[in-house]
Amino acid sequence: MTRQNDGTLDRRVVVAELMRDPGDLLVVTGLGAATYDVGATGDRPLNFYLWGAMGGTGMIGLGLALAQPDKHVLVITGDGEQLMGMGALATIAASGAKNISIAVLDNGRFGETGSQFSHTGLGADLAAVAAACGWQTVTTARDMDEVKALAPRLRQESMFAVLRISAEEKPRHLPPRDGAYLTDRFRRALGVAEV
Amino acid sequence: MNNPTWQEGVYAALKAARVTQIGYVPDAGHAHLITAAHADPDMKAVVLTTEEEGIALSAGAWLGGERCAILMQSSGVGNCINMLSLPLNCRMPFLTLVTMRGEWGEFNPWQVPMGAATQPVLTAAGVHVRRADRPEDAAEMVGASAALAFDSQIPVAVLFSQRLIGAKVFVK
Ligand SMILES: Cc1ncc(C[n+]2csc(CCOP(=O)(O)OP(=O)(O)O)c2C)c(N)n1
Repeated sequence: MTRQNDGTLDRRVVVAELMRDPGDLLVVTGLGAATYDVGATGDRPLNFYLWGAMGGTGMIGLGLALAQPDKHVLVITGDGEQLMGMGALATIAASGAKNISIAVLDNGRFGETGSQFSHTGLGADLAAVAAACGWQTVTTARDMDEVKALAPRLRQESMFAVLRISAEEKPRHLPPRDGAYLTDRFRRALGVAEV
Repeated sequence: MNNPTWQEGVYAALKAARVTQIGYVPDAGHAHLITAAHADPDMKAVVLTTEEEGIALSAGAWLGGERCAILMQSSGVGNCINMLSLPLNCRMPFLTLVTMRGEWGEFNPWQVPMGAATQPVLTAAGVHVRRADRPEDAAEMVGASAALAFDSQIPVAVLFSQRLIGAKVFVK
């Protein structure tokens, strides 16, 4: 097995940059390490952490983006999670929604389950997939200067970004996992709760 | 499909329930609703690559304060199961309208296994299942099921029986 995508970025440093002064950014995180990384930057009601629903993160982002056209949605997820929802890259592009970006923390591994190689570690290029699905703005970042340059763009443009992180595992940081609680506080923070 | 009257009633029931997003994987039995959704400037119609995307789309819509309905055929129910943990865990509504295949004059044997499994599988996954067999019931069934889903915040599926839709005719 050859490893194609050797990333060196520190995932916690990358995510801290993406989450700096988030304002009213609407954030949806994929199960596993993406959820822990975002939680580690500080819990907030407009973070919606997934602990399951693998493959669904991008589509939750799309439903949210369509419902909140005046706000921007940032989906932060892992390569394995995105690979399971690869069709959603076509669905989101086809929807024409412009207020959603996806940042894939790509370690080429299924980290959560024992760091097995994922398809991106075996040669698949999610950025190329996204471009082929119709995403107009697609980028791959390999160093922190590139991450810093794309972080503000992820909040303004409809952008698909692959962030080549190292496969190093971090201590788990566990944000809330009660879905009903996360849903209710998110809707209240947006002012859309019906009660 | 031949007579869109009951489907018009179903679309009106979705509008009355304040549904503003419709996701779908096409089925011939949903053709009228899909066309109506795309023609309606107040409806966001989203074509999906697989039905489970619709469950996640619905969850996102709800987080953002909108109501979503998903159109699929019975075979698509089989693509959804794990994702149904999302509305259940999050105490979110989920509404899907399912056109049944494999149960009434079906020509295509590939539709039969999932057609037979649709209702038990949905029930096992925690979805409340309602069934419309007669055209005069369909719109009311959808309206009541939308109320059940969105007001009680539970997943609800309405099955449109194949007898109601009319078995697909295969001609060479
Ligand atoms: C439907 C489903 N299949 C498998 C799993 C097990 N699982 C949990 S996390 C994960 C891998 C996540 O990989 P990735 O998104 O790359 O995140 P990483 O941990 O590498 O950051 C898998 C396979 C699951 N939770 N759900």
